[in-house]
Amino acid sequence: MSYFSDIYKGIKTLLTGMSVTGKYFLHSRKGAITQQYPDNRETLKMFDRFRGEVIMPHDEENQHRCTGCQKCEIACPNGTIEIIWDRGIDEETGKKKKKIDQFVYHLSMCTMCGLCIDVCPTDAIEWGQNFENSVYDRTALTRVLNEPGSKLMPGVED
Amino acid sequence: MIRALSITKGIHDWLYSIMSENVAHFVEMILIALVYLAIFAIAGLFLVLLERRVAAWFQLRIGPNRVGFKGLLQTMADALKLLSKELTGTEKADKFLYNLAPYFVIITALMALAVIPFTQDFQAFDINIGILFLIAISSIGVIGILLGGWSSNNKFALIGAMRSGVQTISYELSIGLSLLTMILITGTLQLSEIVEVQKNGWLIVQGHIPAIIAFMIYMIAGTAETNRAPFDMAEAESELGAGFHTEYSGMKFAYFFLAEFINMFIIAAIATTVFFGAWLSPFGITESIPLLGVFWFLAKTMMLVFLMMWFRWTFPRLRVDQLLTLEWKYLLPLNLMNIVIMALIVWQNLTIQF
Repeated sequence: MSYFSDIYKGIKTLLTGMSVTGKYFLHSRKGAITQQYPDNRETLKMFDRFRGEVIMPHDEENQHRCTGCQKCEIACPNGTIEIIWDRGIDEETGKKKKKIDQFVYHLSMCTMCGLCIDVCPTDAIEWGQNFENSVYDRTALTRVLNEPGSKLMPGVED
Repeated sequence: MIRALSITKGIHDWLYSIMSENVAHFVEMILIALVYLAIFAIAGLFLVLLERRVAAWFQLRIGPNRVGFKGLLQTMADALKLLSKELTGTEKADKFLYNLAPYFVIITALMALAVIPFTQDFQAFDINIGILFLIAISSIGVIGILLGGWSSNNKFALIGAMRSGVQTISYELSIGLSLLTMILITGTLQLSEIVEVQKNGWLIVQGHIPAIIAFMIYMIAGTAETNRAPFDMAEAESELGAGFHTEYSGMKFAYFFLAEFINMFIIAAIATTVFFGAWLSPFGITESIPLLGVFWFLAKTMMLVFLMMWFRWTFPRLRVDQLLTLEWKYLLPLNLMNIVIMALIVWQNLTIQF
């Protein structure tokens, strides 16, 4: 008599499913995963792996870790990164040395593939958490990542 | 015919004192129609909001909470938006039938609403074949869907309408037979007398095991009758666009949409009346205040509506062959067997009465 056992199994599995969704229903107040975005702007924190934009962190003395090796520029598949570099005299050794003048980043062309960050040997650039990228003029999407007057952090090249 | 509601006896007497009998009768009918239209609109909008909130809670979301206090005016705003939208249609549509279809759907829903006993004497039309009337009316509703699907001259709409026809015709049987099981206990089709019988205990208690089986079959068939998930093959947005109302826009679409929710309310209301004692309070705790009957009726109906929403947000959609297998191979034989058991129980006086 598989007919009646089929009915029994059918009802049992339906009730199992309903108990699962019923639990979700009862816990929805605590566990709601919806972010009410413009209201919680102050407390909103994006998750660690979020890819918003490429940033270059600077420390308190306005120093970054970019040596100007241009590996990111070569790795980028669509020409998002342009490094304008120069040769300057190094104070300690007195030799001519390559250093960056401007790290230009075109956000409008970036596909957030992350190859530049993977390839960077000194971890100079990383992912930022900002996602509010709408602007009225697209020239605002072209950014210079190194701060004016910043210089290379000592010891990065060793 | 139309019984004057005891709540509105004052208005009734006043109307008859200022105009002749025929005119007063006519005016009264119009007034009652307006009241039911208002109930229709408010209940429909409220149910849409409820559905959206319940769906959100099932999916761990928040749901609409911006318009008005806690989002209570959300569906009002949606209705206003739909009112202001353009009514589009296909060029080769059969214009007359295309425009007629939404009214078919909405009128049948309204007619079914008329016989439902909200509380003692709050029933516009108490005929002695109430249940039969409800079953008949609910199957006329599908004509509106078939007309809409056929006349909009769109393959998706036509497929949706045909599926809806297949589904409604099949599941009509189960609805009728499961209600018939309960009629064996009550011995009458009149809704007010069915409520009267339940003063000795709700029918789901009186009829115990076969009544519970009948209730389960009724809820399954009722969900299918209203074309809701998991039986929403008539709309099946992932397969057919929107099914029979693909080509409708603006207020005509809103009519279909509202009628779907009112039909759900009606299915739940019939279940309340037949299985759960309509407006009777549990153990007769508020029997002295007849107006509270509305509260009990709506509370029970909302519980059943919630159950149908629970089905919708839990179960995946059935295929057409699974749908027909469920009806013809499982529900129908079980139903027939159930009727025999119920007949035996009534014959041997094994019902539980208080």
